[in-house]
Amino acid sequence: MREITFAEATLEAMAEEMERDPRVFVMGEDIARQGGIFGQFKGLPQKFGYDRVRDTPISETTIVGSGVGAALAGMRPVVDMHFVDFVGIAMDEIYNQMAKVRYMFGGQATVPVVLRAPDGITQSAAAQHSQSLEAWFLHVPGLKVVIPSNPADAKGLLKSAIRDDNPVLYFENKVLYRQKGPVPEDEYLTPIGQANVVKEGKDVTIVSYSITLQKCIEAAKRLEQEGINVEVIDLRTIVPMDKETIYNSVKKTKHLVIAHEAVKTGGVGAEIAAAVAEDVIEYLDGPIMRLGGKFTPIPFSPALEKIWPPSVEDIYSAVKQII
Amino acid sequence: MNSIDKELLIKMYMNMVKIRRFEEKANELFLNGEIPGFVHLYIGEEAIATGVMFNLNTDDYITSTHRGHGHTISKGAELKPMMAEIMGKKTGYCHGKGGSMHIADFKVGMLGANGVVGGGFAIATGAALAAKLRGSKQVAVCFFGDGASNRGTFHESLNMASAWRLPVIFVCENNQYASTTPYRTTTSVENIADRAIGYSIPGVVANGNDVFDVYEVAKAAVERAREGGGPTLIEAKTYRIKGHFVGDPEMYRTKEEVNEHFENDDPIKNFKSQVLRRGELTDEEMDDIDKRVADEIKEAVEYGRKSPYPEPEEIYDDLYV
Ligand SMILES: Cc1ncc(C[n+]2csc(CCOP(=O)(O)OP(=O)(O)O)c2C)c(N)n1
Ligand SMILES: [Mg+2]
Repeated sequence: MREITFAEATLEAMAEEMERDPRVFVMGEDIARQGGIFGQFKGLPQKFGYDRVRDTPISETTIVGSGVGAALAGMRPVVDMHFVDFVGIAMDEIYNQMAKVRYMFGGQATVPVVLRAPDGITQSAAAQHSQSLEAWFLHVPGLKVVIPSNPADAKGLLKSAIRDDNPVLYFENKVLYRQKGPVPEDEYLTPIGQANVVKEGKDVTIVSYSITLQKCIEAAKRLEQEGINVEVIDLRTIVPMDKETIYNSVKKTKHLVIAHEAVKTGGVGAEIAAAVAEDVIEYLDGPIMRLGGKFTPIPFSPALEKIWPPSVEDIYSAVKQII
Repeated sequence: MNSIDKELLIKMYMNMVKIRRFEEKANELFLNGEIPGFVHLYIGEEAIATGVMFNLNTDDYITSTHRGHGHTISKGAELKPMMAEIMGKKTGYCHGKGGSMHIADFKVGMLGANGVVGGGFAIATGAALAAKLRGSKQVAVCFFGDGASNRGTFHESLNMASAWRLPVIFVCENNQYASTTPYRTTTSVENIADRAIGYSIPGVVANGNDVFDVYEVAKAAVERAREGGGPTLIEAKTYRIKGHFVGDPEMYRTKEEVNEHFENDDPIKNFKSQVLRRGELTDEEMDDIDKRVADEIKEAVEYGRKSPYPEPEEIYDDLYV
């Protein structure tokens, strides 16, 4: 199969959906003239015009809020947050407006808006340009949250997100943008709400997503050499969460480790651990281990930045500890 | 111009050259891989921080931006811990936690650069509120870009500062671009200073490439604020000579456009030609300052290079008191 980068995969998804549906348009800072700071919008205005690919003022509140308004008025906007770190500027527009409009007004409205947000640590971007904030939105009923780990899912999930009649937050990791992977040429959709078992195993389940999945696969390879057979699950969607895939795996392996780059405390791992404890604890043969970023802002210095997120070694040790 | 004596002229020149050389060095070190992260250079905008800051006292406050080296130097920070900070070293102002986008020196009232555009408006407003509550006669200055003027915090801060007559000066550095976006394509007004009318405060346009003009405009605003007259919005018109950040491919403008500005309207050249014409400083005096600055930059780089990185256990330091 041909290989393209994660950024190119998202670009194909945008182009295909904009081609297919004239209601789809995109707006954000520096996306038209520059093609996005990570090249993830390159060429779109040439194809679809500057009306449908819009450079906005630095006004995150209104970028998101007007996306909600345009969706209520019959369009299918994609709004770009530049860096997920700025999403708080538009927080009310997300959790009080975008998420609630449909339910609060008794199902009269649909809000087909997609919010794209680059996240994750890269090259000392420091405390305000490095975060992973997906867990905040797990706590807000009414939103869907997707977080792909590879180019094929990036494309398939973005297309599904644009076609979804619910608001979808789409988190894309900055380091993943440049990575290549196989992506089918024929059209396809990746369903929202389905996890992917990327490697089968019988001794321990590791649940992860986004960039950290690669570290889990690395750790799994080392563990295999010691005869520990690891099952690795890529969550792909955080809301709605595919608990069934996680539970089936845990029932088989009886051991669970969860790893993500976002701060461990109050993270997605906490929700998974709680759900597993609530529903299938009787299958477990050991404690659930969670790995995540340290409980500090992300430090600038490369010497500190590199030890902030969980490492392959940390994931490996966590498995060893419970097996 | 009689409010500017020779001593002040020398300080102003030295400050502008210090910023220029610091930034040129930062550019070089970044490309060398010695400075990590994002670096946004203040080259071409030196007259603004300089002209404003020589109206301030050490205990006055400023808030800065992602393009903050010039503000930091002008407020009185030292080059050694600045250089160490942007290199990610333990001896830096923030012990390597902040970097270029988050440099600060609270000892001299520099309340922080900011990675979030428009993050400084409310903080400067709050610092001014503190000064007013204490009756201390301190003022606060908020530096921000043309792009930042479109953040909601601009509106909320200017309104509250005006309604409460707070001693704060909002200084817009209009360098024509918000990263890749020419400001006129996303901004409703030709002059950002025109927005002052909506807040019942003075709005003044200054030539941001003329340190004397900035100095005089800021002087009036600072005096007004200290005397309880409330905020002023200053728009200093300038041009961003370098890319948005070091490494910017600059696909959104031509080399000719940049050169035209740099050749014809460089704030340091403008200063030199004015003081030479008026016979206020000589070439020799300025050359001598250039040499002193060059030495200081060299020492700062050596200090940064020699300094150690933070130890792993320092990662948890300073989260709480
Ligand atoms: C809230 C927020 N939105 C977007 C960004 C990304 N960003 C960093 S600098 C910048 C442009 C800022 O333009 P301006 O305010 O004119 O300042 P300049 O860079 O020209 O000094 C943008 C969009 C950010 N850091 N913070
Ligand atoms: Mg600007």
